[in-house]
Amino acid sequence: MSRPQKRGTTTRRHGVSRRSFIRGVSLGTGALQAGLFPLTLDAAQSAAKVVGPGPVEVTLWVNGKQHTLKVEPRVTLLDALRDRLGIVGPKRSCDRGTCGSCTVLLDGKAVYACSILAIDAAGKNIQTPEILGEGSEPDVVARAFVNQDAMQCGYCTPGFAIAVKAFLEKYPNPTDELIKEELSGNLCRCGTYVGIRRAIYEAAKHMGGRNG
Amino acid sequence: MQSFEYASPTTLQEALSLLSTQWGEVDILAGGTDLLALMKDYIHTPKRVVNIKGIKELGGIQQTSAGLRIGAIVTIRELLENELVQKEYPALIQAARGIRGMQLRNMGTIGGDLCQRPRCWYFRNGFGLLALKDGKSLIPDGENRYHAIFPQGQAYFVSASSFGPPLIALGARVKLASTGGTRELPVEQFFVAPQREGEREIALKPNEILTEILVPPAKGVRNATYEIRPDEGVNWPLVTASVALRMEGNRVASARIVMGHVGPTPVQAVKAAAWLKGKQITEAVAEEAGRRAVEGAKPLSQNGYKVQLAQVAVKRALLAAVAK
Amino acid sequence: MAEYRWPPVNQRRVIGRPVNRVDGLVKVTGRATYSSDVRRPGMLYAALLTCPYAHARVRSIDVSEAERSPGVRAVQVLAPAGTEINWAGADVAMVAAETEEQARDAVRKIKVDYEVLPHLVKEFDLSRAQAMNRAKPSGEAVTGDPDQALKEADVVFEGEYTIPVITHSCLQPHGQVVAWGEKEIEFFANTQAVSTVGADLAKALEVPAEIVHVQQHSVGGAYGSKFQAESWAAAAARLSKAAGGRPVWFHLDRRTELEVAGCRPSYRARIKIGAKKDGTITVWDSQSWATGGFTGGGLSANLLPFVFVKIPNKRFNHTAVSVNTAPARAWRAPNFPQVAFLTCAALEDLAAQMKMDPLELFLKNVQYTDRPEVYAWQLKKAAELIEWQKKWHPRGQGEKGPVKTGLGIGIGTWGGLGHAAQCRTRIHPDGTVEIELGSQDLGTGTRTVICQVAAESLGLRVGDIRLKIGDNRYPVAGASGGSTTVGGVSAATRRSTLNALDELFKRVAPSLGVSPDQLEAVDGRIRVKGDPSKSLSWKEACQKIGNSPIEAMGANDPKSPGGLISGGVGGVQMAEVRVDTETGQVRLNKLVIVQDCGMIINPKTAESQCYGAATMSICAALMEERIMDQLTGRFINAAYDFYRIASIMDVGEIVVHLDNRPEHDARGVIGLGEPPVVPTIAAISNAVANAIGVRVPEVPITPDRVLAALARRKA
Repeated sequence: MSRPQKRGTTTRRHGVSRRSFIRGVSLGTGALQAGLFPLTLDAAQSAAKVVGPGPVEVTLWVNGKQHTLKVEPRVTLLDALRDRLGIVGPKRSCDRGTCGSCTVLLDGKAVYACSILAIDAAGKNIQTPEILGEGSEPDVVARAFVNQDAMQCGYCTPGFAIAVKAFLEKYPNPTDELIKEELSGNLCRCGTYVGIRRAIYEAAKHMGGRNG
Repeated sequence: MQSFEYASPTTLQEALSLLSTQWGEVDILAGGTDLLALMKDYIHTPKRVVNIKGIKELGGIQQTSAGLRIGAIVTIRELLENELVQKEYPALIQAARGIRGMQLRNMGTIGGDLCQRPRCWYFRNGFGLLALKDGKSLIPDGENRYHAIFPQGQAYFVSASSFGPPLIALGARVKLASTGGTRELPVEQFFVAPQREGEREIALKPNEILTEILVPPAKGVRNATYEIRPDEGVNWPLVTASVALRMEGNRVASARIVMGHVGPTPVQAVKAAAWLKGKQITEAVAEEAGRRAVEGAKPLSQNGYKVQLAQVAVKRALLAAVAK
Repeated sequence: MAEYRWPPVNQRRVIGRPVNRVDGLVKVTGRATYSSDVRRPGMLYAALLTCPYAHARVRSIDVSEAERSPGVRAVQVLAPAGTEINWAGADVAMVAAETEEQARDAVRKIKVDYEVLPHLVKEFDLSRAQAMNRAKPSGEAVTGDPDQALKEADVVFEGEYTIPVITHSCLQPHGQVVAWGEKEIEFFANTQAVSTVGADLAKALEVPAEIVHVQQHSVGGAYGSKFQAESWAAAAARLSKAAGGRPVWFHLDRRTELEVAGCRPSYRARIKIGAKKDGTITVWDSQSWATGGFTGGGLSANLLPFVFVKIPNKRFNHTAVSVNTAPARAWRAPNFPQVAFLTCAALEDLAAQMKMDPLELFLKNVQYTDRPEVYAWQLKKAAELIEWQKKWHPRGQGEKGPVKTGLGIGIGTWGGLGHAAQCRTRIHPDGTVEIELGSQDLGTGTRTVICQVAAESLGLRVGDIRLKIGDNRYPVAGASGGSTTVGGVSAATRRSTLNALDELFKRVAPSLGVSPDQLEAVDGRIRVKGDPSKSLSWKEACQKIGNSPIEAMGANDPKSPGGLISGGVGGVQMAEVRVDTETGQVRLNKLVIVQDCGMIINPKTAESQCYGAATMSICAALMEERIMDQLTGRFINAAYDFYRIASIMDVGEIVVHLDNRPEHDARGVIGLGEPPVVPTIAAISNAVANAIGVRVPEVPITPDRVLAALARRKA
């Protein structure tokens, strides 16, 4: 989503088809450890497809780069990004899918990284707020946030900005009503909403929308 | 979060074979917006998680002769943007619009909405769904401002489902699959009020998967959902009402009125709906229907205001349904 | 240079400009580092076990199974057998492991046997508090003869108002990364007190202060809750030591953050006001009680009545209630938003009882404030901006339909001045300018204003300044509290940069053939005053420095602040709300903020402070409340789906008017962090009363309370 790319497109996974890494999960590593569980679980017919609870090899595509790591199925995408890959733009705040600080894009759609398992994001195109600064110049949304002083402590800001980016890709002509419905899933405690609203309209203008 | 084993089957049969016959052992993962939080708080500690998002047959929205078929893993986003839904089912669209925030709309599914656990803060704080202490619920003497005004027995929590009320109003059914076959239930029978700790608030069995929702055609059925929200954020509404009115000319031939967030299940206002028969929906009629809808409400110490909210929500839903 | 002044308005080139914040792009693109983002080689993750009971004694604690749990490297017991615990969420034990998941698993294996003791968590149940010996009168203060004045008053109004405990709710939970190595303790902090928090940790660990090295780039919200080193930092340091010096990452989860990491006192007050027929108040009589948690909740006599301090007859009576919750912390303008609400609500209710326009009543009584002219001007300005004359209607006499609009007034004040701060400026021979202060930027724009001040002094641009803050090895600067940071750092930076420039002038003067006092630094050049043709570029000038850089210090001494900074501001806000009287829903249409703050260094970040402060108080007015459950002793809504703060469209239009008329500009810099948070709740509560015709006596003003107030009015 840095400038040279087209609206709504995602970084290509060079030469790797989706099928070839089967959702990025290696099936062989964590075969069912039946002994750990009571016998009420009958998984006989499907045992080959059950992985964990121990670490499982997972491939994550983050900002166009491939990362292979071993995580337990219970590890969230947020914790995998932050603690395993050192990608800390998505922040942990509520960790319960209400504040939006952890927002990332999954196949172009804004999601809460705290409420997705890393293993479930395997093979999908993950984009974090860092992409807003990776182009030859900062993304229009990032620049609009700076121009409108749409941040204070900055902790909610990367997640908010990437949500705004996805929002504007979807709604190039934002309205207050759309902002209310779609961007109320990001909280800011410092109270920078006035600046963020202005930044949304400024960025929309630069992205060619009518309502900027 | 307790560790668990994980599977992401691609067929329903595979998924069903991974389930358990007892609650608590396996959880079904769809949007994850509720389940992950429950697991992080150790309210749910499954030994296995079965991700059903990869099962194609659980997706999609199709027009059938019997009405609309909505797959369980259809997201709130897909529902909102579906033209078939937009055309005939404003009650569903308005309920979906109450689910705020891009992220929840992108992640959350309609099946997840029906199966989500209640938001009762005693439940979420680990005191159990009925919040029993020495056999008696804490809720009547506790913090109950958001709780039921139509409690059922010891069940004082409120159903959190956004789609339950409009689906019941529209006469929808859910399809539940197990390895033994499938069964269908009217949505109103999908929600139940548990009377013992450990029982669930939905009729789904632990070895079943909710696969789809079947909504009868609503051509000529005036329908609407009205939500009363505490604020403009990603929060559960205080009260909602959904109505569906089969009209004969400008008079009501038959009606369904269902209130949300007022009881452990969506609450049908049967008498108020019957009273509407043969009437034209005017402001005064809508108001009287609202009054009748809340007859028999048993508010707790802190939630009397919800009686008025429910009354107003019914009135406004009726007026919205007949508005141009 | 003997005297330090700000340049006159017409000569300022950088100060007063709406410069973009210097760390803006770094923050928005996820590159700013918070303590929770610190990743060090060999880092362990810690998890905390907290007490689920509001009051309990630990009979025994067994960590042996936790110690054997996979990945665990160290365990610390924080509440050994015999410990009395006085609030839920209190520390019990902490575990460090290779992954956070392993640390959490281990915590669940710790076995604690508690003796559960009786608790009190609801402060407004005064009789229960008294019965449990938890209510402590904090004395009575009387001025004049309030009883006689009440008898003589033409009008007497009585009312009761309540404002609950709310939390700081920093989006970045409290916590840190700490590594106890052989020579030093590396402390990646999450603090509003970079220069002092290291010594605080050292004291807890009983080590010499100089071995603690504090570093911080950004901090994710503080608002008064992040001054101290915290028990978790000490525990994590000990875990690090036990694990051979490996760094230990620890941050609170959201529930615990809300439960223990900062809240502000509640208040309830019964207020009697007497006035003359013309609205002049003659007497104030208030009884109040409050809690600030386990330690009680004090309120001093000089805070009620608020702002209208010179009312001639006053009685103040306060009771502090101790409850089993974590202690309150300084919350942005400690106590002021609460007492502004109590005072302004009572004044507006008095006006309604007298059928008087509250604007008139406020204007009539500004004589009792410390700044009558400022308040009178600000009240009129705010009234103009919200169109008071056009839109105000007598209480409850607005629109006919179910949705009613109303206007309300709130008023505030704050101190300011500047904390003690030292600044070091280095001008290098290559022209580089380095500025160092042991300060911190809480998101207020501190980095940006320091750069602006330095650039102004040196005739450079903001981008020419290499600013270093956030390290306790830099010159000592005060904690960021009480709106004292901008005063402290701007004065210290001004002095330091001017001192350095003086030295540069000395080195450059010979080559320009003039004496140093004939030089000035303007637009990137050092030039002769009155003869701009004789000049050197900054770079050329710096080449005259010689081998070693110029280094100069500058300080702000709070005891003799000089003319650069000042303290004491007013502030008036007016709100317009709409209320659906059938559902009780309240929405804010518009908020007008008129605020003086002395000389404005950066109008852009200054306005942001106003938007932010007001937004926090909009939350307090309409949605935010800590709900304690007496049955379980728990903070039952300690999660964001129940503990509600504003989202993007809960905040209506906000109009900021910074009152920087020349007489304010001449006072120098005054901090702006707290002042605009003070009047908002009052303005909104008064606007709701004006809209619906009856006071909703308790905030937050939620549908249940609005409907209850309307029902009482009917009855």
